[in-house]
Formats: sequence, structure tokens, C-alpha cells
Amino acid sequence: MGAAMAHRYRSPAGCAGKCLWRLTRCPEPLLLLLLSTSVLIACAPASSAHELPRTALVTTIENMGSDTMVNLALAWAEDYMHLHPEVRISVTGGGSGTGIAALINGTVDIANASREIKPEEVERARANGVTPVEFTVARDAIAIVVHPSNPVDSLTLEQISRIYTGRITNWREVGGEDRPIVLLSRESNSGTYVYFLENVVRMGNPNDESLFSPDTLLMPSSEGISAEVRQNPNAIGYDGLGYVTPDQKVLAVTAREDDAPVIPSVETVNQGIYPISRPLYMYTVGEPQSVIKDYIEWVRTGGQKRVAELGFVPLRERVTLSNDISSPAVAVLP
Amino acid sequence: MLKGDLTTRTKTYQSEAVIESLIRVLGFSTIGFVVLIFLFLLRQGMPFFFQVPWANFLGTRWYPTFGLFGTLPLILGSILVTLTAIVIALPLGLATAVFVREVAPNWAREVLKPLIEVLAGIPSVVLGFFGMNIVAPLVRTTLDVPTGLTAFTGAIILAYMALPTIVSVAEDALDAVPKSYRDAGLALGATKWQVIWRVVVPAARSGIVVAVMLGLGRAIGETMAVMMVTGNAARMPLTLDSLFRPVRTMTATIAAEMGEVAQGSVHFQALFGIGIILFVLTFLINLAAARPIFQKRRRGGLR
Repeated sequence: MGAAMAHRYRSPAGCAGKCLWRLTRCPEPLLLLLLSTSVLIACAPASSAHELPRTALVTTIENMGSDTMVNLALAWAEDYMHLHPEVRISVTGGGSGTGIAALINGTVDIANASREIKPEEVERARANGVTPVEFTVARDAIAIVVHPSNPVDSLTLEQISRIYTGRITNWREVGGEDRPIVLLSRESNSGTYVYFLENVVRMGNPNDESLFSPDTLLMPSSEGISAEVRQNPNAIGYDGLGYVTPDQKVLAVTAREDDAPVIPSVETVNQGIYPISRPLYMYTVGEPQSVIKDYIEWVRTGGQKRVAELGFVPLRERVTLSNDISSPAVAVLP
Repeated sequence: MLKGDLTTRTKTYQSEAVIESLIRVLGFSTIGFVVLIFLFLLRQGMPFFFQVPWANFLGTRWYPTFGLFGTLPLILGSILVTLTAIVIALPLGLATAVFVREVAPNWAREVLKPLIEVLAGIPSVVLGFFGMNIVAPLVRTTLDVPTGLTAFTGAIILAYMALPTIVSVAEDALDAVPKSYRDAGLALGATKWQVIWRVVVPAARSGIVVAVMLGLGRAIGETMAVMMVTGNAARMPLTLDSLFRPVRTMTATIAAEMGEVAQGSVHFQALFGIGIILFVLTFLINLAAARPIFQKRRRGGLR
């Protein structure tokens, strides 16, 4: 009806109001217009009814948790819903803690977590008659990047911590050239930021109150970090391994003084020897059944190709990253 | 015939009354929306000033995830970037306006005016990208500073964004100076330059002040480009070299942090608190911009 009205007022004849009642006297274009309108109206409901599949049984999976994983979880959900139109997956962020709490309360089916479930959370779940089951679904590794011309090849965790808290301010102090260090970080809302703060700046010590130096440049995006690292020989930055482009130099990291430096790659991350990496988990209530079981199995196999696209490390080596970062020493400027 | 005429006339009056009241409702609702937005800002942001001790929010460290809400580095950062932008944009803008209005031949004016207005249409994210990839490396290498993402880089980009506003408003102000002033000056034997510099520009002074104030308002509220090129390090810009070091502005802070903050938390209120500070600052600037206009009207002088 709305369409018909609109046509009426737009009609070129200018006698639309009367013509509606005296179609015979109408100029031909208007007649055509009216005809096409009625055809449109007739077609509209028919086509939409045809497109919607009439499935009576739509299963809904509630998925909630880690903000770090929310984009990954959304990508998985979209792909899976495309493959299985009979399943609806709703994904919400809120943080790992929120997701696990919701799992314990029984409001969600799958909780995403970028950390392992805590013993007291397992305790509470048991008290609620729920047994959380853990699945590793991907890995997250953070690469330390510098300008390709920077002669420094590796840093210890402690050196990185001292650099980011502002106690080391010149590359000379870690074996590089006599240049000031420019610190780059993601904005404080990024999950990578929190992980880096807790595990690198504070070196995993929960009693450590260290913060990033106030001189740290907070970049709103991965592109911001790579643009600055690409062109500034003073810069040091960090980002998810999958976001690192070939024109940046990736540093090897040593966990302790006498360990061998490890360059981040799909292999070293999966072997667990690269120190700045963590598994990403999905938790279910008890052993998953039917649809949820199938979904998690798909995530750990077919879904892995999405993992590298979003900057994480897939579970298997044969799924290669979009950028070859296993040999960063040969990285060159474009 | 006459009867028909009368009915159409009453109909016209009736529909006019309807349209009039509609316009009135729309007009008042605009004002109403502004008031509502202000009230919303106050409601969300005021608790911040009561919940957080003065010593904290007047402190020098902005680290909201760990309860440090020092807004001073942000306020000073915004002021530093904005003022520097105006210092760069004012001579350029004024010179462009004088050239377009007083010096350029007619055909050049016809080309230049729309071109300057097109400048205003460039999206700020494009300028930000340009600043990040072209201006920042240039600033770093030519000035030999640790990083090109500095307050100065932000000021250059902001100056560029404020230029169209300054040029077109200043050009209008010069245009409003009566021809008789110029004729009188020339008749007294002044050169063209003397007429421009000693007669026309001073006569258009208040309009130029308005241009600067509007440019200032445009610059202080700009977010995207600033966030991309100033480095966003919340450090106190107190040392002499601060202009060539990173800063964090109020707008960039709100834009960068609002997305992930928990609603109703102190951090959330803090961001609205910064919004209030920003609102008050822009209000003062607009007030300062409006003053010369009112003064002029009272004197019944030039327009």
C-alpha cells in the first residue's frame, strides 16, 4: 500500500488523485506505473515466503565470554550457521570471567575463556551440580616487533618489562644502537594489552603493581603499530602474531637468562616453548552432546582456517598463517 | 466563483496554521534535544566529580583501568595541540583570505573559493591516515625526534582541518568592509598593501576573531585524525620539548576507551566527565566567538 501511495504522488501526469478512479482517461505512463506497482505488491510476499526455509526445529547455542576471542567466536558462529542453517549461535563478549560465571549459572552453553578456569570457579560449578569441560580451540601469541634495521635480535622477558616500564630508555642498554626507545602499545581496551601487562610488564607476578611508562604511545589499531614500526627505527611494539606483517622484524624472546631465544611461529607456540603465548579455551557443561559437540569438533578442525585470519595461532601446523613469519630475519622494507 | 475562492483561501489559512505550528514544534524540539543531550551528559558525568577525590582527577596520571583518573595531561594535551594548530592556521588562513578577496583576479577567486570549501569535506580519517604515513615520518626525520607521532604532527593536521573554516569566515568579513573604506584609503595616497594591512584587515578585525574562534572550536573537538597522529601517550606536556613529544587529547581518550568500558562504572563516568570538561571549554570558546558579533551589532557598525 505504501508503495502504491508513493507512486501516486510521484506520477508525472499530475492528475493522479482523480485518475485512480478514472483509469481509462489516464495517460499511458501512469497506467504502466500503477500496473507495475500492483505487480510489485503481488510479488513481495511470495518471494520472501519462498526464501525463508520452514524449519520447525532451530537449535540455539548460547556462547559468551572472553573479549579477546569475541571476533573469532563470531567468525566461527557465522561460518557454522552458514553450513548448518538449522543452528543459531549467539555470541556475546563480556570477559572470560563473565562467560564462566554464566556457564556455572546455566545461562550459556559454551563459555569462551582466554585463561584457564580457576579452581574456585570449578568449586562453585561443582556446588551447582555442573562439571566444566575444557577444550583448547586456538592459541594466542604476542610477537615483539621492531624496525627491520634494528640490530637487536632477541630480548629477555625482564628486559622487555624494564623497557615498557621506562627503566631502559635507550637501545644501547640492550645491545643496540645509541637511539631512544619509542614504546608502542595497543589501547587499554584491547585484550592483548591486558595480557601483555600481566604477563610481560609484570612478568606474571600478581603482586607486581608496575604500569606501562606514561611515555608509551597507545595506538588505536594494529595498523597504527605496524605503520610506526615500519618507518621508525627507534620503535618497539607488540601485537598478536597473526597481525605481524613481513616488513617488521620479529624479536626472539628468552624466558630466563640462560634459555635459548625463541622466535614465535606456529610450531614454537604449539610446542609451548615461546614464552608470550597462551591457549584459548571453550568450556562446556559436562561432556558436550549433539549440536554443541558437533560445533566444538568443527571449531577444532574446519574452523581453524579462520584462526590465522584473525591474528591467532591455529592448533595445527598444516594450517599456515596468512603471512610467513617463521623467517622474520629476512624481512625487508617494501 | 467567489465562493470557491473564499473556501480555498480559508483552506490555505488552515494549512498555513498547521505548517506554522509544525515548524514551531520542530524548531523548539531542536533546542529541546540540545538541552536533553546536555542533561544526559551531566547525569552521566557529574558523579565522576563527586566519586573521585580531587587529588586523583587533578592528578598527572591517566590510567583508568587501575583507578588513576588524572585528567590534567589530557586537558593540557588538548590545549597544546589546539593552540599550536591555530598558531599555524591563523597566518595561513588570513593570508589566503586576503589573497582571495583583495589580490586575486576575479577568475582566480571563482576557482579558489569553492576549492577551499572542498577542503572542508575531506574526511578526518583520511587526513589521519595521511598524517600517520606521510607527515609523521617527515616530522621525525626533519626534526630528529624519537617519534613522528607528536603534538606538533597533530597540530599540523588540525591546522589543515581548521583552515577552510578560517578562510571562508575571514573572507566574508573582508568582503563586508565597505568599498568606500578602500577608496578613501587609496584617495589618500596609500598603496594597495597599506590599504589592505592598515585599513581593510583592521576594519574586519572582529570577523577575523570570529573566524579564529570557530576554527578553534573545530580543532578542539576533532577526534579521529588526532587519535591517529598524536601517539596518545598520556604524559604531562610541561617540558619545553613537549610539542615534539606524544600527547593524549580529551577527544581521543573518549573515542578510544568508550567502546569497551563497562556501563555505569567509574571509568564510564570519567569519560563523560571529560565530555563535560570538553563541553565547557567549547562553550567558552563559542561564547568568546559570539561576543564580537554582539558588540558590533550594538554599535551599529559594519556588517
